[in-house]
Amino acid sequence: MKKILKTLILFIFISCSDNNIEQDNVDSFDRSSLLIELANNLIIPAHDNFALNFSVFEIDFERFSSDLSIPNLQKLRSSFIDSYMAWQHVEMFNIGKAEEIFYNLKTNSYPTNILRIEANMNNNGLDLDIPNENNYPTQGFPAIDYFLFGISETDEMILNELSDATNLNYLNLLVQKISTNTESVINFWKNNTQDFANSADGSQSSNLNMLANDFVYYYEKGLRANKIGIPAGRWSNKLPNNVESFYSKIHSKNLAIEGLKASKNFFLGLNFNTGAPSDYSFRTYIDYLDTENSLSNLIIESFDNSMSKLQILSDDFSHQVANNNSQMLEAYDAIQEGVVYLKTDMLSLLSISVDYMDADGD
Amino acid sequence: MSLNKYLNTYVNNSPLIVFRILFGLLIFFSQIRFWHKGWIESIYIDPVFHFSYYWFSWVKPIGDYTYLLFIICLISSLFIVIGFKYRVSSLILFLSYTYIELMDKTTYLNHYYLVSLILFMLIFLPASSRFSIDSLKTTDFYFVPRWTIDSLKIMLCIVYFHAGIAKVNSDWLLSAQPLKIWLLGNYDIPLIGDTLLQQNWVHYAMSWGGMLYDILIPFLLLIPKTRNSAFLLVIIFHVLTKILFPAIGMFPFIMIFGCLVFFDYKFHEKIIQFISKYLKKFQKNIFTIKKNEFKIKTSLFSVFIIGFFLFIQFLLPLRHNLYDGELFWTERGYRFSWRVMLVEKKGFTEFKLVDNGNSSSFYIKNEDHLTDFQEKQMSFQPDFIKEFADYLGDFYKAKGYSNIEIHVNSYVTLNGRRSKRLIKRDTDILNIDKKTFYKNCIIPFGDEIKKI
Repeated sequence: MKKILKTLILFIFISCSDNNIEQDNVDSFDRSSLLIELANNLIIPAHDNFALNFSVFEIDFERFSSDLSIPNLQKLRSSFIDSYMAWQHVEMFNIGKAEEIFYNLKTNSYPTNILRIEANMNNNGLDLDIPNENNYPTQGFPAIDYFLFGISETDEMILNELSDATNLNYLNLLVQKISTNTESVINFWKNNTQDFANSADGSQSSNLNMLANDFVYYYEKGLRANKIGIPAGRWSNKLPNNVESFYSKIHSKNLAIEGLKASKNFFLGLNFNTGAPSDYSFRTYIDYLDTENSLSNLIIESFDNSMSKLQILSDDFSHQVANNNSQMLEAYDAIQEGVVYLKTDMLSLLSISVDYMDADGD
Repeated sequence: MSLNKYLNTYVNNSPLIVFRILFGLLIFFSQIRFWHKGWIESIYIDPVFHFSYYWFSWVKPIGDYTYLLFIICLISSLFIVIGFKYRVSSLILFLSYTYIELMDKTTYLNHYYLVSLILFMLIFLPASSRFSIDSLKTTDFYFVPRWTIDSLKIMLCIVYFHAGIAKVNSDWLLSAQPLKIWLLGNYDIPLIGDTLLQQNWVHYAMSWGGMLYDILIPFLLLIPKTRNSAFLLVIIFHVLTKILFPAIGMFPFIMIFGCLVFFDYKFHEKIIQFISKYLKKFQKNIFTIKKNEFKIKTSLFSVFIIGFFLFIQFLLPLRHNLYDGELFWTERGYRFSWRVMLVEKKGFTEFKLVDNGNSSSFYIKNEDHLTDFQEKQMSFQPDFIKEFADYLGDFYKAKGYSNIEIHVNSYVTLNGRRSKRLIKRDTDILNIDKKTFYKNCIIPFGDEIKKI
């Protein structure tokens, strides 16, 4: 009995001692490198790229404000779409400052609420910075989309509407809000990269967990539900007016494709500027934990399969929903398969618990 | 030793007295903690729907009165500590605590269950026969039948033994799962997290060590010669689990305090005398009292109840053998069996309402009916899935739907295996009984986890 006891004690003590016992086959995966590389090579450049695109849009907007003409409107629209595309690479990072100021809800809540926008325009004490879920769909890209494409029927009529100072001032306010919000989010990232990746205070796992959860949340809610599932009526009737960029019509597909690309790039840890894969990405982390590498391959296949299902859709999702919704639902199912891999297999392997409100729906 | 003689063997009752005090305090603090964390609200009051235990669907939270239930539980636990109206208090404590546990099975934890079981036993044990308000008013009894203390030891042995036997399975021993997943994820723990816990051999050492610990510790605690070292081991083991798995809650404390009952009366007398120093009123010198003078008798009824209870407790964890299918997959017979930390599961489960009358269908948003926590637990447990489907059926029938079916998309990952469909697709799980559901709707696991 003594012997058994000794063996047992040995077992336990070996297990909890921290001395220099010879390391066996595997080295530990460097999680701080994962965080720092993602921040420096992907997250911050994606934000910079978005800010750059948006500053072009701002310049175009200033020019347009001082000279309301059809060519200036067209230029403005084109830089708007460029910014909206760049936004797709930013939306998933709902961390730190972005989370604090509800950056992504303020920037991309759709469908936009025209009645409330009109009420806001008559409200002198309006403060769009206050977190208020009623005001999220009155600002950001979807609201700007309404002003630039949907406030009236023809381009001339739209120009006419925007020559109204109330409309133009409100539009100006929306542009400024995105600009200042973006600036504070970028400053946060640049000032806190080291803290973000630091393991000294034991926050490394919480940062990594948050990042993984944000990624899964974006994929499930931002991409699958908002862009595809809700318009396709998976939880209710079909809602063709709830597509992203509803008023500019033809961009909903490209925005969805860009969101999917952003998801895949994040998973692979691709350098935002060069496209080079990193040694430290969720993919390589998963491969470290799952030596058969079957999961990361399944996830990548699922991204690719989703991409091919998105590509056959019509440029305008509201048109797609109205005319051939079953293709839309097939795309949904393809993305859904990825949600299962990410939400069950990946989070289980990473030993991360799902910490958000489930994403389906509104 | 004949049974009769055994039942008439009397021993010093201090272990039982100390057990009563510690256990009462433990419950008191554990319920305070539960309240303080806001869980009464988030777990019992906020949800619109509650998952019930079989036979106990009538046990539901009672709105804001749920707080009253906790207050009753808290007060009666303090009454247990001071030994005031012990019989009634212990009954009320058992009933209130158990009612709370039965209100929603989403929160099921093995150690909550253990607390309920021990509270049940305490009703029948003379744990306030001394050093209590009750005995202050009447007489202090110093000796109790030996079986009363032994019964608590047996209960703890049953827990450890079954927990150990459950670890003898191929996932635990041959793949070090799910410990491997969890330990790899613990890289943030200072010193060992990013070094030792990343090592393959550590995962295996801890799996095997844990299994051997659980199986052997009852014997090591029972044998006087090894008791001290065994208790040291108990402390090390449970503190270690607390460090590695902070979410384990009160469990380590319950087991560490519980295992004190294995020590002989001299140890417990010291504890009583230590407390007595601060409570002069109780101070008496035990060692001058003669053995037969102050012994308390217990009824044959109590002997029978506790004996039968322990017999059931020994058998209950084995009931999964009556069911078909992989235990870790179907979870039939999984609860109430001391299967602690054996599976890492995550699931994705959504429900589709098929309206046959209208030949239309739509998916249901789980979050309209469940909290995050409920949804997470529901997603991988078949009995939750069936119960939720039944609730949804009633919900939509009340809204005027008739002739409906409920289909499920459910994917579950178990101990690092790739996720697989759990429930057959395009299959109605609403208009069938629970037995048929298990028999016909769960897709077989398709892998084998060997067990004894």
